[in-house]
Amino acid sequence: MQETKINDFVVRFANVNGTGSASANALFTKAVFRMGVPVTPKNIFPSNIQGLPTWYEVRVSEKGYLGRREGVDLMVAVNPQSMKKDYADVASGGYFVYDNTKPLSPDYDRDDITHLGIPMTGLCNAEYTDARQRQLFKNIVYIGALATLFDIEFSVLEGLIGEQFKGKEKLIEPNIKALNLGVDFVKDNFEYPFALRVERRDLLGDKILYSGNSACALGAIYAGATVAAWYPITPSTSVVDAFAKYCSKYRVDPETGKNNYAIVQAEDELAAIGMVMGAMWNGARAFTATSGPGVSLMNEFLGLGYFAEVPTVLIDVQRTGPSTGMPTRTQQSDILLAAYASHGDTKHPLLFPATPKECFEMTAQAFDLTERLQTPVIIMTDLDLGMNDHITDELVWDDATQYDRGKVLSSTQLERIYKAMSSGNGSHIEAQPDSEAEHAGAFLEQFNGKWGRYLDIDGDGIPYRTIAGTNATRGAFVTRGSSRDEYGVYTEDGEAYQRNVDRLAKKWKTAEELVPQPEFLQEQSTKPDGVVFFGTSTYAAEEALEMLEKDGIAMDAMRPRAFPFGKAFRDFVDAHSRIFVIEQNRDAQFRSLMMIELGVDASKLMSVLNYDGMPITADNIYRQILAKCRD
Amino acid sequence: MTYVRSTFRHPALPKNDLGYTVDYYEGSLSTLCAGCGHDSINAAIVEACWQMNIEPHKVAKLSGIGCSSKSPAYFLSNSHGFNSVHGRMPSVATGANLANRDLIYFGVSGDGDTASIGMGQFVHVVRRNLNMVYLVMNNGCYGLTKGQDSATADAGSKSKAGSVNLFEAIDLASLAIELGATFVAQSFSGDKEQLVPLMKAAMKHNGFSFLNVISPCVTFNNNPGSTKSYDYVREHVEVTGTMDFVPMMREITTNYEAGDISDITLHDGSEIRLHKLQKDWDPLDRFSAINAMQRAKDKGEILTGLLYINEDAPDLQSLLNTTEKPLNSLDREAICPGSAVLEELNSSLR
Repeated sequence: MQETKINDFVVRFANVNGTGSASANALFTKAVFRMGVPVTPKNIFPSNIQGLPTWYEVRVSEKGYLGRREGVDLMVAVNPQSMKKDYADVASGGYFVYDNTKPLSPDYDRDDITHLGIPMTGLCNAEYTDARQRQLFKNIVYIGALATLFDIEFSVLEGLIGEQFKGKEKLIEPNIKALNLGVDFVKDNFEYPFALRVERRDLLGDKILYSGNSACALGAIYAGATVAAWYPITPSTSVVDAFAKYCSKYRVDPETGKNNYAIVQAEDELAAIGMVMGAMWNGARAFTATSGPGVSLMNEFLGLGYFAEVPTVLIDVQRTGPSTGMPTRTQQSDILLAAYASHGDTKHPLLFPATPKECFEMTAQAFDLTERLQTPVIIMTDLDLGMNDHITDELVWDDATQYDRGKVLSSTQLERIYKAMSSGNGSHIEAQPDSEAEHAGAFLEQFNGKWGRYLDIDGDGIPYRTIAGTNATRGAFVTRGSSRDEYGVYTEDGEAYQRNVDRLAKKWKTAEELVPQPEFLQEQSTKPDGVVFFGTSTYAAEEALEMLEKDGIAMDAMRPRAFPFGKAFRDFVDAHSRIFVIEQNRDAQFRSLMMIELGVDASKLMSVLNYDGMPITADNIYRQILAKCRD
Repeated sequence: MTYVRSTFRHPALPKNDLGYTVDYYEGSLSTLCAGCGHDSINAAIVEACWQMNIEPHKVAKLSGIGCSSKSPAYFLSNSHGFNSVHGRMPSVATGANLANRDLIYFGVSGDGDTASIGMGQFVHVVRRNLNMVYLVMNNGCYGLTKGQDSATADAGSKSKAGSVNLFEAIDLASLAIELGATFVAQSFSGDKEQLVPLMKAAMKHNGFSFLNVISPCVTFNNNPGSTKSYDYVREHVEVTGTMDFVPMMREITTNYEAGDISDITLHDGSEIRLHKLQKDWDPLDRFSAINAMQRAKDKGEILTGLLYINEDAPDLQSLLNTTEKPLNSLDREAICPGSAVLEELNSSLR
């Protein structure tokens, strides 16, 4: 008799891709979610459309741990190609669910696990005549069977099927029938519910189940992005897919039927980011989404954006590199590439969302940041965050939100600058009846009668830009990637060049305060050791910290949310004698970034790495830190 | 080149309908070599814009990298310019156009910028029929790196150093027609009479206007044996016809002698009055345009003038069904769905 595990287990589905298993498996996740229990699914899929092994792993955790956990308590093995390995992967004491339409080969003889044979093929062949239906409903059959074993309420599944096929009601009945085939088989043949159970809870409150890629797309919608240019690449494609879906819903003018957006599938990533830069240069909000190989190609434009100071939003959904690497596996391995993309002295603000909610908020914020800072901003998400559903806090939008379009001069402002010149000094600006407006225009005097595209009149390194078509006689200039003086005039004068790049460095300093600040798990640093983690390492890291604490190892923790690192980040580093940096790449790139940017002593920074392409687990972090603590 | 430009202007310089004299359309002082074909083309752009009564701030000038791509600084100083990266002007122009459909986009590129490093973006901007003028200042060589052959240099053409180009030339105008460009013309930097009306029509054309302008490099490719030298081009130019551009509501003043005259009406009602000199060539027919070019090529001639025009093809924004109002000027209500919609979305995700 197995130990009863309530709301705390891992189920893995081993399928063949292209057989319709994805939507059936998602149904299982959603059902657990609807039972009010924290659940986290991971797609482990091949770079292929049909015929190769694909897995879907679901962790159910009453305690709300949303990272991956090692050990599979129940395997649904419906892929003969991977069955041997799948069989071996079941944790001792676990369950092996398989299709026993044909008998299992005798070498599947573990006696430490329970074998549950369900004749999925047989049941479907008896019920359906259409070949595609036979295949599709096999998946629904095992969902019905599992629901009964786990004690998931049937009405929850029924409700989900009803929602899924809203508008295609014809499909509801055959799906329910397939569910029932599984339910009835379990009821007739097994004791149910069994030792792994989903018990109804109310642990989720207002939370939602959402993917990072959809959330990024929605963030772009709410930020008012009207132009998207992209080139298809896994795992970022669904960002633009979702953007297109939301646009067709929320961005079509109801009167004219015309689109308040434009999406262009470019010829490559070079063109994609070029289009984004052209659009943002011309005053529209625009973005592109890509992955590592695309970022490599976008390097030249990122350098242009940095040097010519053109706003750009780039969403990098990281995957396993280098080169083509493992296109459908996750990693946090574009950190250094993105931070310093392009030749010459360049640096780019990076944002590190850890949840779909942050994907939504940070994408929206990225548009404000890029226009405020007039430099490309890169959102560093990854395959795990982007393509998997995650439980996340509900999304919030304040209707009073004002977009920060940054320092863009209006036609009137341009004229006021030059009016000051014609009067001989800056004091002759006409008094405005509204003192606030007068104050708002006061900075224009700093130009001393002549606007310069690259003049830093505010001392924050950020100049004032103009958009084409604003004013007939004032504000035109040539944007270029070559050196220019404060007035935008081409120059090869070394001093002018240096003044310009020093101003860019000052702007970088300004960015420190504007980007999202790190989050701390404690109110004040008190422990000698600290841990640093970001993005999708967060859930697993937090769980690992709890595991360590049980062993008497307590540490302070910081979750950086952006680059450049600001004062709070530096203070945390200074306050600890030893810092564990958890990240998902081989070369400890984030650690390198800390060393380069903050000059942190290498011996102080201990690396905790995971780079097999699978999302990092708490067990893995726990083991690595424990080993280092006991060295 | 002239290092000091006279600021003297004749007090009686004629003004256009906007009240501007032609110097209002000039740019900063050119740093190209004295006698460079590109400067003549820039002068033609200035003349065309002045004659067309274009408001300079309603033009965005874009380029890539190279001698030709420096040009946007040398015309229309009251227009925004974007001197982007090598071979990537088409993508920047595409984005800019999507952001604001109300401006005229004037792209300047070179043969290296278009036919080599930028070939990928060039062919795609053509097939999208982006509403822009794309002008190639074609001199068959890389001027800024001292005269290497480009992909438009003719096979057998001799460089200044005496080496002979081994490879077939890419014929950009034929390629553009092949790819679905909706306005294709070829010209010579030394023929302002032909260039100005072509540019005017190109700017009025709704869609992708391609101008391939042979523009000799005086420093590196003007030697005997080069097929892009001034002498060679002058001797081998063969024109499709003479044309005049007639803006909408403007009286036709040019009188052609009897011959094969046809009028082509542009999108906004302007007209191209064409006096055809080539037999069996119809500018509305892609096949005849390509045939005429191939025949000229066989005879060693450079066919100039309007080659092909199609006023009926929808441009990129029409194909994408974008709103008439420029995307960069949409109200917040039109682009942000607001909190109520988000609340609904949240509910659908539980």
